[in-house]
Amino acid sequence: MKKNILNIVKKSFSTNTSIKSKVCVVGAGPAGFYAAQVLSRKLPEAQIDIYERLPVPFGLVRFGVAPDHPEVKNVVHTFTKTAEQQNVRFLGNVDVGKDIDLKDLKEAYHSVLLAYGADESKYLNIPGEKLKNVLSARNLVGWYNGTPWDKDLPVDLSNPNVAIFGQGNVAIDIARILLTPIDILKKTDITEVALNHLASSKVKTVYLVGRRGPLQAAFTIKELREMTKLENCKSVWNENDFVGVEEIIPELQRPRKRLTELMLKSMRENKAGEKAFIPKFFRSPLEFQGAEAVEKVKLGVNKMEGSDFRTQRASLTDEVEYLDCGMAVTSIGYKSVSIDAAIPFDDKKGTVEQKNFKVSDGLYACGWLATGPTGVILTTMNNAFNAAGLMIEEVNDLLTIPKPGFESIGTKLKENNVQVVEWKDWLKIDQYEEENGKSLGKPREKIVDVQKMLEIAH
Amino acid sequence: MALVSNLLKYSLSVSTKIVRNSKFRNVHTTGSLFNQKLVKVTFIRANGDKIETKGKIGDSLLDVVVNNNLDIDGFGACEGTLTCSTCHLILDPDVYKSLPEGPCEEENDMLDLAYEVSETSRLGCQIILSEKLDGLEVKLPSTINDAREN
Repeated sequence: MKKNILNIVKKSFSTNTSIKSKVCVVGAGPAGFYAAQVLSRKLPEAQIDIYERLPVPFGLVRFGVAPDHPEVKNVVHTFTKTAEQQNVRFLGNVDVGKDIDLKDLKEAYHSVLLAYGADESKYLNIPGEKLKNVLSARNLVGWYNGTPWDKDLPVDLSNPNVAIFGQGNVAIDIARILLTPIDILKKTDITEVALNHLASSKVKTVYLVGRRGPLQAAFTIKELREMTKLENCKSVWNENDFVGVEEIIPELQRPRKRLTELMLKSMRENKAGEKAFIPKFFRSPLEFQGAEAVEKVKLGVNKMEGSDFRTQRASLTDEVEYLDCGMAVTSIGYKSVSIDAAIPFDDKKGTVEQKNFKVSDGLYACGWLATGPTGVILTTMNNAFNAAGLMIEEVNDLLTIPKPGFESIGTKLKENNVQVVEWKDWLKIDQYEEENGKSLGKPREKIVDVQKMLEIAH
Repeated sequence: MALVSNLLKYSLSVSTKIVRNSKFRNVHTTGSLFNQKLVKVTFIRANGDKIETKGKIGDSLLDVVVNNNLDIDGFGACEGTLTCSTCHLILDPDVYKSLPEGPCEEENDMLDLAYEVSETSRLGCQIILSEKLDGLEVKLPSTINDAREN
C-alpha cells in the first residue's frame, strides 16, 4: 500500500499536464457511482462521463432495493452529489454494445471502467421451468420495482402457497413483499401495478427453499430479523433441520453465530399470525409440475457431505417429496452478460475476466460484473473504490495522446438519433415521479416506460 | 433548486425515520441552537494518519464527519438509519465501556456485516457526543486494504 502511494506521488510529478484525462464509466449503479465519486475527487482535472443504458440513474438502488427499504436508498443523495460535480457528466439512454461499442469508448477515452452489473437470471434448468407462474426473482423484483422490461410480467397471486427457491436476501425480500400488509406497501415507491395485484393477493404461506442447512443460509440477519417481526406473520421452522446446530454455535464466527441464534430464537417463540414464512432446508427442486401453471414442485431431499459445515455440500438422496404451490420463484442468483464481443468474458461464471479490476490496458471492471452478484452495498462500495484507485494510479501512463471523450461519442449518437439524457433531464423525470407519487401518498411513482421517460426528459 | 429539494427530501426522510424508530439514536442535527459547545474528536485512519476535528455536543459521530466535510469516502451511506455499516468505527475499550448505552440489536446486525469488526466496534451514527467524550479518538477500519486482499 505504501508503495502504491509512493507511485501515485511520483507519477503526479511526471504528469503530462497538457493532456486532459478523459475517463468513462459504463453503468450508473452503485459500482459506477462509487467509482466515479473517487475518480472525481482524486482527478479534479479529468472529465468523468458515466454512461447508462436507461434514461434513469442508480441501477439496483432503484430497481433492486426493496420498496419497503427506503433507508437503503439514501445512498442516492451521495450519488447525486457526485453527478453534480463539475467534472462529472451523466449520459443516460446510451446503450453500450448497441448505440456505441466498446471500441468507440476506447478510442474516445483514456480509461474505461465497466460497471454495468449483473442483470441476467440464472436458471435451475429443470423440467417445468417454463410453466406459467414460475418466475425468476429478477423479473419479479423488476416488476414491483418498475424495471421497464418487466412491467408486463404476468404474476398470478390467487393461490395461497408460494415457493421461493434460494435463500439469499433477494429471496427473503420477495417473501417479505408477498407477506407484508398492503397498508405498509401503499406508502412505498412500489409500482401501482404491483400494488394493485398485491392488494387482492391470496398468498398466505411463503416457503423459502434451500439446498443446504441453516448453517449455510445466505440471508443476512437484518433481513431475517425483519421477517421475524413482520406483522400478522409467523416464521415456521422445522426442528429436525436444527439437530446438532446449537452445539456448533460456540465455534461460529460472529455473523453466523448471531444469525443462527436468531433462527433458534424464532423457532422457539411461537409467534401467532394468519400468514406464514416457512424456510425449508436440505431440499432441491427437481421438477415443476402442473397443467398450464405450476401446481406443485417435486423436491429431492438432500444430505450433507463433509464434516465441516463451511465446506459441506448438498447431495441428493433417493427420497422425494412434493410441495403444493401456485407460484414458484427461482432466486438462485444473477449473472452478467457480455455487452460487446471485445470484452473478455467468462460465460460460465457470468463475469468479465479481470485481474484485480484490470481487464487490459486502460480497461477495468468492478462491481457485480467483476465479482459476481454477492455482498451488500458496502462490498460493492469497497470494490469500486479499489478499482478507481487502480485507475488513478495508472491513468498518467495512458495520457500519451489527447482524446476527444464525449465530443466524438456525442457526434456518433446524434447520427444514430439517440436522445441522450443528461443529469438535468433526469431531474425532470425525478420531479415528475415524485409529484405523481405525492398524489398517491407515496414517495414516488416510477415511470415504467422508457418512451415516457424520454418524453419527460426532452 | 435541486439542492433545496434534496435537502428537503433529506430532512423529511430523517424525520419519518425518527418517528418510526424512536429508539434509534439517529437524530441528524445540522446544528441545534441549544448545543453550541464543541468537543474535540480525532479520527485515526488505518495507516495512522489523524484527522482532528470538532463536533457539537448532542451530535453523532456521523454528523461530525458530514458537518465538517471530512475526507472519508463512503462514510455514512444510509445517513444514520441503521441500514449499512459504512460508519463503522473502532473504539478504545475504556471509551466503549464508558458509553451510556451499548449497541442495540439492529446496530449489532449491521456490525455483523462490517469489515474488521472488533469487540469494541460501533457505528458512528449511534455515538452521541457528550462533554465526557471531549478528546475522543476513534479508529477507522482499513477496509480498502482488506478488500483488495480478498
